[in-house]
Amino acid sequence: MAETALAAQATASGLGPEDARNAAREVRAQRVRAFLFVLPLLAFIFFAFVAPIASMLFRSAYNPTAAELVPTTLEAIESWDGEGRPDEAVLTQFAIDLKRLANDRTSGQLAEEINRFLPGTSSVVKSTARALRRAEDETLATGGAALLLDANEAWGEPGIWRALTQAGQVYSASYYLTALDLEMSREGTIQQRDTQIYLKLYGKTLWMALIITLLTLILGYPLAFHMAHSSTSRANFLMVFVLLPFWTSLLVRTTSWIALLQTNGVVNSTLMALGLTRDPLEMLYTQFSTIIAMTHILLPFMVLPLYSVMRGIDPSYMRAAMSMGSRPIPAFLRIYLPMSLPGLSAGALLVFIISVGYYITPALVGGTDGQMISNIIAFHMQQSNNWELAAALGSLLLFLIIALYWLYDRFVGAGNIKLG
Amino acid sequence: MRGFPEYFTIWHIAGHYALRLMAYLVLGFLILPILVIIPLSFNAEPFFTFTQGMLALDPDAYSLRWYEEIVTDQKWTLAIRNSFIIGVAAAILATVLGTVAAVGLASPWMPFKRLITALLLSPMIVPLIIIAAGMFFFYTNFGLVGTYPGLIIAHAALGVPFVIITVTATLAGFDRSLFSAGLSLGASPVKVFWDVVIPLIRPGVISGGLFAFVTSFDEVVLVLFLAGPEQRTIPRQMFSGLREQINPTILAVATLLVVLSMALLVTLEILRRRSERLRGAG
Repeated sequence: MAETALAAQATASGLGPEDARNAAREVRAQRVRAFLFVLPLLAFIFFAFVAPIASMLFRSAYNPTAAELVPTTLEAIESWDGEGRPDEAVLTQFAIDLKRLANDRTSGQLAEEINRFLPGTSSVVKSTARALRRAEDETLATGGAALLLDANEAWGEPGIWRALTQAGQVYSASYYLTALDLEMSREGTIQQRDTQIYLKLYGKTLWMALIITLLTLILGYPLAFHMAHSSTSRANFLMVFVLLPFWTSLLVRTTSWIALLQTNGVVNSTLMALGLTRDPLEMLYTQFSTIIAMTHILLPFMVLPLYSVMRGIDPSYMRAAMSMGSRPIPAFLRIYLPMSLPGLSAGALLVFIISVGYYITPALVGGTDGQMISNIIAFHMQQSNNWELAAALGSLLLFLIIALYWLYDRFVGAGNIKLG
Repeated sequence: MRGFPEYFTIWHIAGHYALRLMAYLVLGFLILPILVIIPLSFNAEPFFTFTQGMLALDPDAYSLRWYEEIVTDQKWTLAIRNSFIIGVAAAILATVLGTVAAVGLASPWMPFKRLITALLLSPMIVPLIIIAAGMFFFYTNFGLVGTYPGLIIAHAALGVPFVIITVTATLAGFDRSLFSAGLSLGASPVKVFWDVVIPLIRPGVISGGLFAFVTSFDEVVLVLFLAGPEQRTIPRQMFSGLREQINPTILAVATLLVVLSMALLVTLEILRRRSERLRGAG
């Protein structure tokens, strides 16, 4: 585009096609040069950041564990129609596979995989594996099916076999279904699960993020207003009180709130000394403490963009309205507030985006009812070892964040973020 | 008493003072929780709370024992060392790559500028838990989990957006014809970059580097997922301390970190003023 435009310009100003070509070549060289400066960082970010995110997205639909553990059984079960008991051959093959796993000490992994699709079957698989560990290979090859049914009658039912086939799918959307509290019915339709866990948690996370955003707005707006309409030296002095918390470690600020809110903490001692309460209030390890600590931590993210926008608003507009007889509140709502909207939307979106994905503060002060979606992702990564579900929950959170970031970019412009 | 315009009624004035009071209350809310831990860190007792003796200003109720603990406990000395090693290395990596890239991004000829800027800034927006999970999956393939290089790369990626933002802001006041002048006099782009661009944008580069350092220094989620016991950093040690046994050593560490952030704030302010001066002169 730029090249043709230049060529047209060159011709119009009486220069020959030779000059136009030279100009175009120069533009190309400039573009390449600029890009070469960015290239090393781009390559680094692709390796260090983009590829990890992509591998998480991939992981949310990819689970080879069961398929690697019992490949032959899964091959044999393919012809099964999903009703009644699978063929004798399938059961025999599975008994052989399970014995091998029991001796490799990997039967627990298979138990976990099957258990995800049919809760409560983990013990069935484990006890059967123990029973088969010492079985002779010859007995297994001929009477493996009988041994399996002897060990546990659940192997005679179709449920556990259906769970095995589901666990055996290397690529599946089942983790997304779980993450959305849905499941695949036997007829292949998608239905709601009996218990709603994750949608409720997403809802709670968004709700908490909204409350935190509103609180930072209520607290941050008057402060930013006051600072923006103070003298420069005074505003710079007050700014220290906003920037110091901003620069102080997150862990330090969370520690402060633990010291303040615990049962024998500063807030409770003060309240009791003032006679406002006889017994200490239980504030720590609740949703309340998560919200208050996060409001404190994220408040500078609201104040800074608000302040930088308000600083640019000419105070004479308000003065003009008031001197012409407008009352302060209507004047504020109709003149000042609309002019401060860019700062307000930047701050609100930023606080909302950050709080939706917050992990540390809820993990430390949230107790059980202050947990957010990030905490359940960490739980599935570290404790329950259900990495695929963690990845699916994370992918959904990522889509949510990208949508919000897109909004932010549209309304604020990602390149306009200012620091300090 | 300062003069209010004549059209102000008593309600206007009351509103003015109410607003001011509100602003001071919010400032108190911001700063007091941070200041309260400083006296608590000198507690002679192993509690997170003010004792009777402390309130009575009894000198025996105060002690430096928790500070001593930091210097003598091997867990903390290792954590401090790790935090500085990882923080400095990550900041250097992010600053070098980020500064060079910011110069390219500032060029009016840069292709796909908007898209690439959004991509390079995205580590700042994506929740840490997602980055941590993804890095855990991906870095395992390269044996980077539980190693220093793994953490340094991870933290450098987090620091990059800050370097891009600060350096781009400094470059906004940079006269690009200086770059062309250097090239037309026969210098290579690298030489022009080093001898002309860098000295002019140095304050932005240094503050970008400081931001990157602080980002790494303060980061704990990636450390939780990617570090082995050998790479525990200060925030990681604080995190497990707060989860397992709450002990005033954490408050002493926290106090030192507050002092560190004060020093940082002053440094950044000096850099900002210098940058404004340089820009004013250019």
